[in-house]
Amino acid sequence: MEPVTLSINDKALTVPGGITVASAVLVSGASFFRRSVSGSPRGPLCGIGICFECRLKINGLAHRRSCQVIVEDGMKIETDEQN
Amino acid sequence: MNKISTDILVVGGGPAGMAAAVGAASKTTAKITIIDDNPTFGGQIWRAELGKIKSPEARELIRKLTSDRIELLNGSQIFGRADERTLLAETANGTKAIEFKKLIIATGARERFLPFPGWTLPNVFGAGGLQALVKGGLTVKNKRIVVAGTGALLLAVAEYLKAQGAKIVLIAEQSPALKVYKFVSNLARHPKKIVDAIRLRAKLLNVPYLTDCYINSAEGDKRLKAVNLRRKAKHWRIECDYLACGFHLVPNIQLASLLGCHIENKAVKVNEFQETSLKGVYCAGEPTGIGGVELSLIEGRIAGFAAVGEKQAALGLFPGRKKAQNFATALNQAFALRDELKYLADDATLICRCEDVELARLKPFDSWRSAKLQTRCGMGPCQGQICGPAVEFVLGWKTDGVRPPIFPVSLESLSDICET
Repeated sequence: MEPVTLSINDKALTVPGGITVASAVLVSGASFFRRSVSGSPRGPLCGIGICFECRLKINGLAHRRSCQVIVEDGMKIETDEQN
Repeated sequence: MNKISTDILVVGGGPAGMAAAVGAASKTTAKITIIDDNPTFGGQIWRAELGKIKSPEARELIRKLTSDRIELLNGSQIFGRADERTLLAETANGTKAIEFKKLIIATGARERFLPFPGWTLPNVFGAGGLQALVKGGLTVKNKRIVVAGTGALLLAVAEYLKAQGAKIVLIAEQSPALKVYKFVSNLARHPKKIVDAIRLRAKLLNVPYLTDCYINSAEGDKRLKAVNLRRKAKHWRIECDYLACGFHLVPNIQLASLLGCHIENKAVKVNEFQETSLKGVYCAGEPTGIGGVELSLIEGRIAGFAAVGEKQAALGLFPGRKKAQNFATALNQAFALRDELKYLADDATLICRCEDVELARLKPFDSWRSAKLQTRCGMGPCQGQICGPAVEFVLGWKTDGVRPPIFPVSLESLSDICET
């Protein structure tokens, strides 16, 4: 599949098409996806959409399970790490 | 809200669900609908790699599925029921009410996770979890990975990750293999054979495989840095990039429970034709008890045949099912969880990862229900799918009982129902 270019915390990244957003974020070197309710760093656990640990903001929409979303060109991904 | 009706509704597009739909379609002209929450069919065991499924057996089933007049609804999640013969699904095109005459539940299984200090750190994954992420495009070339937990899955995962260029530092299997051998060798010859076969394969792969070995804790600041292992009296530390840790599987019984199917030993109780305690509602594969892909395929076919009244055809599959069940029983015995794993979590270890509830806050309670009401344990987005099996094992609580919606849905979907 054609590579796609997306942004993770406003940094551009080109990844192979067809991969999941969770995998793209991990490939970028980030592992801190979201901050838990008490503030600890979290990343994906189950990889199949049930644990909700890999939630991210995708194109402005919060709480998307990134392991269930396929990357798209121009996608804007935000993690909690920079906050 | 969109309404559709079908003769036979199959929930779950893994091996059991696909076998059920294809089996039923081969014997009837009735309308069959199969629904799955993933983007592609195949379930977890046959999860696609970048959109492509590698197993020829799986591809053949999918080919039959798509050519056999079966209605396919993927990327769609069942979240509740409207009445005895209607389920509600959230799909890409809004909420659908699906009315059925017969129902086949093939909702599969999920990994069991057990809490230990540091298990919430980023880069601590499930064993199947890391494999799924790699199939989804994560590259693990030259990553140092410890694979730990229990079950035949560990070796399959290690083999897969190694083929992708990862350096597997260790496979830590908690099962005390020798004890298992002695204990069950008179009852069944399989468990020793299973563990031996796994050890042999690990040797062939040139990956260290230790039985009697488990993770005591994981350390790191913002991400995993090292794991602390234990084997008998020996403790040691290994630095690694990723930990892939899973403790076998738990049946997904939420839908069956919601409908009121009889549940026994955490699994859906079925008769010889895979029919549940509810007439016309069948169940096949892992929800009836963890048995693996072979058993799932046979149970699926039996359920598919039975649902269309082809009992004779179903009968022919009973001997094969018995054989697969015996193997599954032996496998589950070989990888039974050791008691020490109940005591890995300390007071500060989070048990509920959604609501950040530590073990110390759960200890004063004597039931899942009271702990939920007082601490919100199990009430976050995962709805206890992760911490439920953990508290069952660690605290001995029963976590039965589900409430709709059985999966978090958007307010839009909920309002859709109210409008009708």
